[in-house]
Amino acid sequence: MGEGYMAAMPANVYNWIAVWRRNFLAWKKVALASVLGNLADPMTNLFGLGFGLGIIVGRVDGASYIAFLAAGMVATSAMTSATFEAMYAAFARMDAKRTWEAILCTQLTLGDIVLGELAWAATKSILAGTAIAMVAATLGYATWPSILYALPVIALTGLAFASLGMVVISLAPSYDYFVFYQTLVITPMVFLCGAVVPVTQLPSAFQVVAGVLPLSHSVDLIRPAMLGRPVDNIALHLTALCIYAVLPFFLSTALFRRRLMR
Amino acid sequence: MSIVAIDLNGVKKSYNDKIVVNGLSLAVATGECFGLLGPNGAGKSTIARMVLGMVRPDAGKITVLGETVPARARLARVRVGVVPQFDNLELEFTVRENLLVFGRYFSMSAREVESVVPSLLEFARLESKANARVAELSGGMKRRLTLARALINDPHLLIMDEPTTGLDPHGRHLIWERLRVLLARGKTILLTTHFMEEAERLCDRLCVLEKGRKIAEGKPHTLIDEQIGCDVIEIYGGNPQELSALIKPYARRVEVSGETLFCYAPDPEEVRVRLRGHAGLRLLQRPPNLEDVFLRLTGREMEK
Repeated sequence: MGEGYMAAMPANVYNWIAVWRRNFLAWKKVALASVLGNLADPMTNLFGLGFGLGIIVGRVDGASYIAFLAAGMVATSAMTSATFEAMYAAFARMDAKRTWEAILCTQLTLGDIVLGELAWAATKSILAGTAIAMVAATLGYATWPSILYALPVIALTGLAFASLGMVVISLAPSYDYFVFYQTLVITPMVFLCGAVVPVTQLPSAFQVVAGVLPLSHSVDLIRPAMLGRPVDNIALHLTALCIYAVLPFFLSTALFRRRLMR
Repeated sequence: MSIVAIDLNGVKKSYNDKIVVNGLSLAVATGECFGLLGPNGAGKSTIARMVLGMVRPDAGKITVLGETVPARARLARVRVGVVPQFDNLELEFTVRENLLVFGRYFSMSAREVESVVPSLLEFARLESKANARVAELSGGMKRRLTLARALINDPHLLIMDEPTTGLDPHGRHLIWERLRVLLARGKTILLTTHFMEEAERLCDRLCVLEKGRKIAEGKPHTLIDEQIGCDVIEIYGGNPQELSALIKPYARRVEVSGETLFCYAPDPEEVRVRLRGHAGLRLLQRPPNLEDVFLRLTGREMEK
């Protein structure tokens, strides 16, 4: 304990940038395919559910269903792109590709690597989230300036879910275990946290659970902004997301140290 | 700069109940090539990883380039280059991009990396491959790129974990030649290997490991002289047990390993005379080498 864990933490405030740039260079080589892959899913949901269900549902909370859903899809895509980047891609770099092993032979620490991975996953969230927000704005379901307000929240959502994903890969023996996290944590959050249906529609016990889940805080910040309404409890929501970004970061770094530096 | 590049004192490491490193002490002097020699599972890689601060010892003290490891391993690694046992290059990147990305991990700017890339590529004999994807390189080229990558921060100390395992003879000789150039430039090398020839050719000093324990240490030729000190006749064919009894009185020591009889003979001619009447034997007389030392010390052959 103590000294050893300190040695695994980030060495300084800029070492992580080298890791981010490594991932950016790798991404640039497959950028088009990656962007299409990341956007196809939320776009399908937005238009499929938005137009399909929208006709049946009518208006929700005073907005058209598709406008209501657009904000949910921005938050959801930020969540899923960070989660997938942190799980599958970062796990490959930690495990099969030995990228982390190579980096650990340099003056970077495990904490530097994890921080770089978080920042990179958040970058992917920003790409996916803003793309959906721009589509929504183009179609008139959101105002253009609202995207600027949403941007920091999208980034923070990405950091929080990347951080949680890091804890998952620090514990998972192989890829096969990711499916539990996906089906038991990520997918339920889409339905519990107000991304596709208002939280107020849920039984009260579920509403309590939703209140502590990170995606709820993300949706509660992004939706009013995109619909041009005042945002309530900004400090509370931001604090909650920050906690989800910071605590799992330290936890996962300690767990990675246990896993990789025995 | 201290004379001692690496100092291990009473280092122990076990995984579960398996002891991997058992009270090991050794010192590597600046500018020398020090070999860790032993079969697979002797603890060589674990020691190399401990020196890098990637494995925590259960007991003992490790100092690398004046820094306490693992607590201050990061500061030591600033001046260390590593050639790992398994290639971990970026396969999708070009040769040049690999060096650029790795240089950034040492806080080098793109310009700083660019200024050293030509000499590194020349050193690794990869001048014509600068813009080739690593996935397209041969095994030997990948190893040489790994070596060039390890030099990007102009390290004082190189840690090489089985640098030639898996290479063909040509590739192996090329790496050996490159390592000799590095030693001539004053670099310190810690080398793990299970190739006796590699250790004999490159190492100023080496230690022979078995089950995490040091069983011998010294200069290769001193070890060979001390432990063997005479020519070796390898005898193939015939009944090893029978022949062994026949020549024992004329040999310093006789060892049966598989189907081969190793006869350590100060007077080889005498042994040849004794064997003259036996048909179907093939004799090979040669100077002693590290393999013989290993056989002597452990009573068994090194894994090939």
